[in-house]
Amino acid sequence: MKKENAKRFGMVIDLDKCTGCGSCMVACMAENNVPFREDETDKLLSVAWMRVYKLTNGKAFPDADECFLPRPCQHCEGHHGHSPCVSVCPATATDYDASTGIVSQIYTRCFGCRYCMAACPYHVRLFNWWDPVWPDGMEKMLNPDVSVRMRGVVEKCSFCFHRYQLARQQADYEERGEVAENEYQTACTQGCPAGAIVFGDLNNPDHEVTRLAQPDLSHEGKSRNPKAFRLLERLGTNTKVYYLSSREWVRRLGDNYQVKAAQHQA
Amino acid sequence: MDAALIPKGVKRCPLPQFLGALTVVSVVLLWGVYAMLLCWLKGLNQTNMNNAYGFALWIWADLAVIALGGGAFFTGLLRYIIGKDELKNIINFAVLLGFICYSSALLILGIDVGQPLRGWFIFWHANVHSMLTEVAFCLTCYFFVLCIEYVPLVLENRQIDRVPFFHNLSHNMHEIMAVFAATGAFLSFFHQGSLGGVSGVLFARPFGFREHILIWPYTFFLFTWSAAACGPCFTILITKITEAISRKKLVKDNVIRLLAKIAGWMLLTYIFVKTIDTIYWAFVTAPSKGFVLNFFYTDNAFYGYWILFLEIVLCGWVPAFLLVVKKTRENNKLLWIAVFLGALGAMVNRWVMVLQVLAIPVLPFENWALYIPSWQEVATTILPVAYGIILVMISFRYMPIFPQEQELNPIEPPTPEVEPAAAADAEETPADEDPAAPEGDLQPAQA
Repeated sequence: MKKENAKRFGMVIDLDKCTGCGSCMVACMAENNVPFREDETDKLLSVAWMRVYKLTNGKAFPDADECFLPRPCQHCEGHHGHSPCVSVCPATATDYDASTGIVSQIYTRCFGCRYCMAACPYHVRLFNWWDPVWPDGMEKMLNPDVSVRMRGVVEKCSFCFHRYQLARQQADYEERGEVAENEYQTACTQGCPAGAIVFGDLNNPDHEVTRLAQPDLSHEGKSRNPKAFRLLERLGTNTKVYYLSSREWVRRLGDNYQVKAAQHQA
Repeated sequence: MDAALIPKGVKRCPLPQFLGALTVVSVVLLWGVYAMLLCWLKGLNQTNMNNAYGFALWIWADLAVIALGGGAFFTGLLRYIIGKDELKNIINFAVLLGFICYSSALLILGIDVGQPLRGWFIFWHANVHSMLTEVAFCLTCYFFVLCIEYVPLVLENRQIDRVPFFHNLSHNMHEIMAVFAATGAFLSFFHQGSLGGVSGVLFARPFGFREHILIWPYTFFLFTWSAAACGPCFTILITKITEAISRKKLVKDNVIRLLAKIAGWMLLTYIFVKTIDTIYWAFVTAPSKGFVLNFFYTDNAFYGYWILFLEIVLCGWVPAFLLVVKKTRENNKLLWIAVFLGALGAMVNRWVMVLQVLAIPVLPFENWALYIPSWQEVATTILPVAYGIILVMISFRYMPIFPQEQELNPIEPPTPEVEPAAAADAEETPADEDPAAPEGDLQPAQA
């Protein structure tokens, strides 16, 4: 695909709106056939493409404050598509698609070395420690557009890429060049009752996501919006998930500010 | 009962004693095999790894044995390419240890991956940008080189050597061994380095990440260097242990001291560069990512500054000086301590560069992830150790691994019943030499 037609699908999550209800997690699991077990107490063994963190400002009443932060895959672009996880995969089982900006995972090629998990600082890459076992009858309710994953491979959020494929097919069938903004939306976006998640093409100035994120492409997508931030921006991961918050302590929790040099930049 | 298989001119323990020891180690081996089968049949849920700890005990063991097996390539380089002829008296054992270490590494990798049957994908769908791809290719190639280097040793068994074809094959392989030594050194340079690069390229993991020279992070060079320094320490250590268990001197002091001296200088230069690297990382690289040094060593239940001290000072500078200074190097007890610390240093370094990297939280709102391996992980990690002990036992008993053993341990003069030819052989063996401090050159017991 030509550069001028390339998309950069991304997300803006307004943390002031997020109530931490977990609908995005449920919608994601249902849409993507994410496996679960009877005992999910150990979250480090859970497979959750979308995970909601609870952040606190660490202060006592009456100054105590908290915030919920949904965390899908950040679909890092890095420098010129050099995302942390893609280049390390020895079997080319993950890929950065320059035409969409989506980091994909090829489950049938992954042989489970887990190097990508070690490379990802966001812990969005998850290993299938068990084979998926669905409750009786549930296998009939699985999404036929998404393959289930077997034991021993890594999986992750795909920005519901299968939805993009379906939307593209429809657009091609109708001989439309472009997929409309509302034709391709992720499950978590649609599942959020508070409308906290906005999804779209960050290269398209007409998309709501671009208006909110205000990415500065000359500075690797750094947001011009003073309320916006990205997780661990200083690592150079160049993510495509932007967060909005009116609270400074939340914005500062998005990155490590532990040295004087960093404080000067802030 | 197995006297016909034992090399000429050396004495071995009675067969029942040997088999008894072999049985004990085999029980441990079978325990590891059982755990390995559990992992293969039931999956990696048998481990205590999790989504924060994707790399754990096995990867550490993998990196550690490869570093310790570095004695093979470096001793081979010194012996065949640089021309340190004295090392021909320890090269067999170095090759054996290398063979054990590298075959163990491949076995561990076979258990560690989630889909072992897809292991060939790393070659078929190779991603040339991945450090692991380079590791897989070089490691596999070098394992074959080690097999080629180990085969002549097997062929030198008394009974095999009687077959003219094997005798000639062994002889001819010895003649061209320099080619394989050079190939092994070349391959080792890259896979040892690439293993260093595994954590060094993780630019989103500030504890492991290092700056680059061209495409190679500093850890690439540091790992190769440390393997060349600590591998020979391990070779000497295991030689010493074998001598202690067999209760006989197997390698002359001048050989051990030469290798120890070279290892010492390698270790000294390595730890000097490693110290500079650590300082640069602590005060330039990590702060640029938003971290201060203190963060990596505080507020958790295990990792403190002690591990930095252990790696850099106690297992780095201390053994380096002990090995470089002639007086301490020639003190047997201090030599033991030095080579032990040197080998431990490589293991600690690999631990830090694998497990501590993953333990440290990068997201500001996450916590340290500490991990205790399951018994299956422990058993499968001990499995290669048991396998290595068995291979050393068998090789030592039936193959002329130590060419100087016969001279250093002359057996009793033959009784009158012994046939005249054997008696003549025995008379050629110097029986009055002091085995404690023999010096000088020897002809190896080669085919």
